[in-house]
Amino acid sequence: MELRVEASKHLGTFDLNVDFTITGSRAGVFGPSGSGKSTLLSLIAGLIVPDRGFINLDGKMLFDSSHSVHVMPENRRIGMISQQSQLFPHLSVHKNLLYGYKRCDAAYRKITPDAVIEVLQIGPLLTRGVNNLSGGEKQRVAIGRAILSNPRLLLMDEPLSALDDDLKFQIISYLKDTCEVFNIPYIFISHALLEMRVMTDRVLKLADGCAHELVTAEELARGSMKDSGSYTNLLHLSEPQCEGDVHAYSWGDRQLFVADSGTPPVMLFELSSRDVILFKRHPEVISARNVFKATVVNAFDMGVRVGVELQCGTEKLVAEVTKKAANQMEIHEGTEIYAAIKALSFKPLH
Amino acid sequence: MFAFGPSDYSAIFVSVKVAVVATLISLPLAFTVAYCMTFKRFKGMLVLDVLVNLPLTLPPVVIGYLLLMLLGQNGWIGTWLLQPLGIRIIFTWKAAVIATMVVGFPLMVRAIRTNMEAIDRRLVDASRLLGAGCLDSIFTIIVPLCFRGLIAGSLLMFARGLGEFGATIIVAGNIPGVTQTIPLAIYDYVSSPNREVMAMALCCVSITISVVVLIVHEWLGKRMGRRA
Repeated sequence: MELRVEASKHLGTFDLNVDFTITGSRAGVFGPSGSGKSTLLSLIAGLIVPDRGFINLDGKMLFDSSHSVHVMPENRRIGMISQQSQLFPHLSVHKNLLYGYKRCDAAYRKITPDAVIEVLQIGPLLTRGVNNLSGGEKQRVAIGRAILSNPRLLLMDEPLSALDDDLKFQIISYLKDTCEVFNIPYIFISHALLEMRVMTDRVLKLADGCAHELVTAEELARGSMKDSGSYTNLLHLSEPQCEGDVHAYSWGDRQLFVADSGTPPVMLFELSSRDVILFKRHPEVISARNVFKATVVNAFDMGVRVGVELQCGTEKLVAEVTKKAANQMEIHEGTEIYAAIKALSFKPLH
Repeated sequence: MFAFGPSDYSAIFVSVKVAVVATLISLPLAFTVAYCMTFKRFKGMLVLDVLVNLPLTLPPVVIGYLLLMLLGQNGWIGTWLLQPLGIRIIFTWKAAVIATMVVGFPLMVRAIRTNMEAIDRRLVDASRLLGAGCLDSIFTIIVPLCFRGLIAGSLLMFARGLGEFGATIIVAGNIPGVTQTIPLAIYDYVSSPNREVMAMALCCVSITISVVVLIVHEWLGKRMGRRA
């Protein structure tokens, strides 16, 4: 997907002026509330007409003020999933799902209802009214409805913000799976850094109605460390094996022990940079279940603290120490140190 | 006891006919006006709002007189449009329909608009993004979601049509068997000596029709509520 936008829109006291090109199938738009993220998506979708400029998706001009081009929303083949599921309350789940599918040109109908129903596991919901669904079920049906319209681009306008944390990562899994399985590029909007890192590769930073820069999700997380005061490591672990009250996971060429949280083993974990303790020498006896040798690849300023990027075998991890501790431990690039993490410090995500 | 004569049955028939036809013709017009006032932004919105609601504040007799001025043989529309086409409206049941439409129109628009304004506009946007064109979106999303308003507006228009007196008597007259409606017949009976029983009988007919319409309205409302 290649999306080129150069457009401006005046709305009351708010002005949106953007000029950017996004490529790749997992793009994001990140910015604080009121920065113009939703307005930008509405411009791309065709729900709001820009005052001037152009919008070009994969070589097709969707809007061009200089040539009076404005493709109507229903002809853009751009799907949208929003914060509220926006299911049609007078239609059943099944009719909601097929609303876009029936209106899609037969030539573009590559994704079938049966395949979507299976991936999203919404078969048992089909005959129900949408008012009898839970928040998570509604969002799954909304995802299915948007996918079944066979869009060439999917816009996701903070689709997780109305959900609680447990549900959020369930829905993220469905969102990722469906877009991967059916090969649909998407633009994901959020002001939550964690969601952005899980969902996207490239991120457009938006502030006060202006597109600032295009960065990777990892660069975005590092850049936000000074503001948030800490960094969250996202760990994709695999092959869990139960060993008493902990699970042993593979993490690159190493093994990590994670406390049993009483739920089925998950593969994605969150670990705060503050929960990684650094030692100059091996601590010998310590309650932390994970102690391993690592090499400092980067030490960077985090305001009042120092961020320490560690190479742990094939994987990387970011720890956070005070400046005084960094000086005492003589932390700099190439330093070999030991990192310790308690098995209880990992927060399961999905 | 009482016994209805042919003119009484005619009055009942004309009343129902005028109310039904006025309601059916007004419904698409009122829906369109309510749609424009709810979903569209345009210059002259205030003027349209005032024009639509003006009959609510005007005495029906004034409305009847203005319609007479417009549609009469020497009226503006009568002279330039109706006469050349050989159409006669004044003092026919069609005039009663027009009078009912004008008087009941603001009630119908208000009922529909109130329901329409409660529709989440993002649902309409969602339907457009799913490939529905403007008309498709209107008929598959807006109409079903404001169905209660359409029913309520139709009920109000029908009720107003059954009870319309002032404007009707000016433009349609009070011709038994032709333009005489239930209220006009009741007026005649009340004005004549010893005909109160007939007036009361027609009142009972009017009440019965109204009760039936209200029951149908409630039934439809509950049915739509269950579906929603």
